[in-house]
Amino acid sequence: MWHDAVLVAGKDLRIEARARVGLWQVVPFAVLVLVLLAFAIGPDQAALRHAAPGIFWVALLFSTVLAIQRSVAVESGEGTRDGLRLSGIDPAGIFLGKAAAVGLQLLALQLVLWAGMTLLFDVRVHVVWLAVVASLLATVGLACAGVLYGALSAGLRVRDTLLPLLVLPVLAPVLLAGSKAWEASLNGAAASGTQWLKILVPFAVIYLVVGIVLYGPLQEAG
Amino acid sequence: MSSVAPTRPAAESAAPVPSPSRPRWLHVVGLLGVVAMGFTVWLGLWVTPPDVFQGNLARLLYIHPAIATVALYWVGIVAAGGSLLYLWPRTRSLFWDRLAASAVEVGVIFSALTLVTGSLWGRPVWGVWWTWDARLTSTALLLLLEIGYLALRRVPADLPVRARRCAVAALLIAVDIPIVHFSVYWWNTLHQAGTFLDPGFKIHASPSMSWTFLLSFVAFSLVFVWLLGVRYQVEVLQDAVGQEELEISLAERWSEGRAGEALAQPEWSGEVRPQPEWSGGGAAP
Repeated sequence: MWHDAVLVAGKDLRIEARARVGLWQVVPFAVLVLVLLAFAIGPDQAALRHAAPGIFWVALLFSTVLAIQRSVAVESGEGTRDGLRLSGIDPAGIFLGKAAAVGLQLLALQLVLWAGMTLLFDVRVHVVWLAVVASLLATVGLACAGVLYGALSAGLRVRDTLLPLLVLPVLAPVLLAGSKAWEASLNGAAASGTQWLKILVPFAVIYLVVGIVLYGPLQEAG
Repeated sequence: MSSVAPTRPAAESAAPVPSPSRPRWLHVVGLLGVVAMGFTVWLGLWVTPPDVFQGNLARLLYIHPAIATVALYWVGIVAAGGSLLYLWPRTRSLFWDRLAASAVEVGVIFSALTLVTGSLWGRPVWGVWWTWDARLTSTALLLLLEIGYLALRRVPADLPVRARRCAVAALLIAVDIPIVHFSVYWWNTLHQAGTFLDPGFKIHASPSMSWTFLLSFVAFSLVFVWLLGVRYQVEVLQDAVGQEELEISLAERWSEGRAGEALAQPEWSGEVRPQPEWSGGGAAP
């Protein structure tokens, strides 16, 4: 399973490195969301600083949807899905591999967003470990839940419109917990932030386990 | 499960889908639901006294908690249970899939009603239609998740494919709901203490009030079961009609194809393909 996962993740990342869709479309989109939300809030520096964690996570969530759509699109052409299925790779391995590829891209994206936030909103992360742990946990959750819903919508003609409707409400707890944890780490209040990790941990674990179990049946359904 | 026989019908004389024979128990449940609901309305609006603190507003207590209970628990149990039983190979049957889907669709109504009735109560008591209270927020998210499920269900597919897809989606949603619940609960209550009266736990008043309160749960549960049954029948019919239409359009396509071949063959043989008009004199000037 782990070997298969590494293979699939390597394949997805290699495609990504060659096509550069993530670099030239998803990353600029995420930065664009940062800027647009700042426009919506106004140039008040204090208000922006207050809203910064929320803006960060909303941008990340929207970009997650794009990354998932991209991850599904890679498998959609020329019977690729059937090829993957027939290759004898463990479905759980496919799930883990695709989730890992998406997760790594999301981590890179968060670095960019963090830099953008520091530049544009003039915020500083005071409790670094809290922000990093929250981001890592959230990334696992986002990638696993996202890949699952991506697989669910994979064979559909309406997948591009259906996926956000399906996946965004499901990701709402990550948005809440992530932005609260980041808010705490920006304000230097680690104690109130650690509580939110208690949301992020079960979310990540549950969707990881459910994905390993359900990805096989889900693929047959596509 | 009685589905339409898969013989190919002629395009014109396709037999109409037989109207369903609704089981007798469903009629009984419906009747009981109407009676119980009538009693609830009568007791709730005329018999019970107005509340000491909230006056007539407290009468919303006879519908809102009951609706919310149906929306959260009954719907959740039937939808998650049905989906699980469908995915379990030994109990796999479209019955469970249809039951779960019907439950979610009825659940959308009940969740929306929960929000509406709560909102009606919140406006005079809290002064706002909406507040980011934990329960309100999680119910709203539940409604959105259910709508997403129904959107997925409307995507055309073969019945087993759709059933499996929807069952997985329902389970994914089901595991999300507790997390949603806890996250919005903390989100709202971390910084400020909850200042809301919980309408569900204020029934130590006159006996007529508590009896009406209890009766409302029975009434709405019966209505839920009845709606579920009716919706299930509709689901069966919808699938049958879909199958029928597929057969008809396939038959039409077949006959078109044959007629087209018969017509096209003599016309095209030996004739020069007619030229489009513009190809000849386009460059005259």
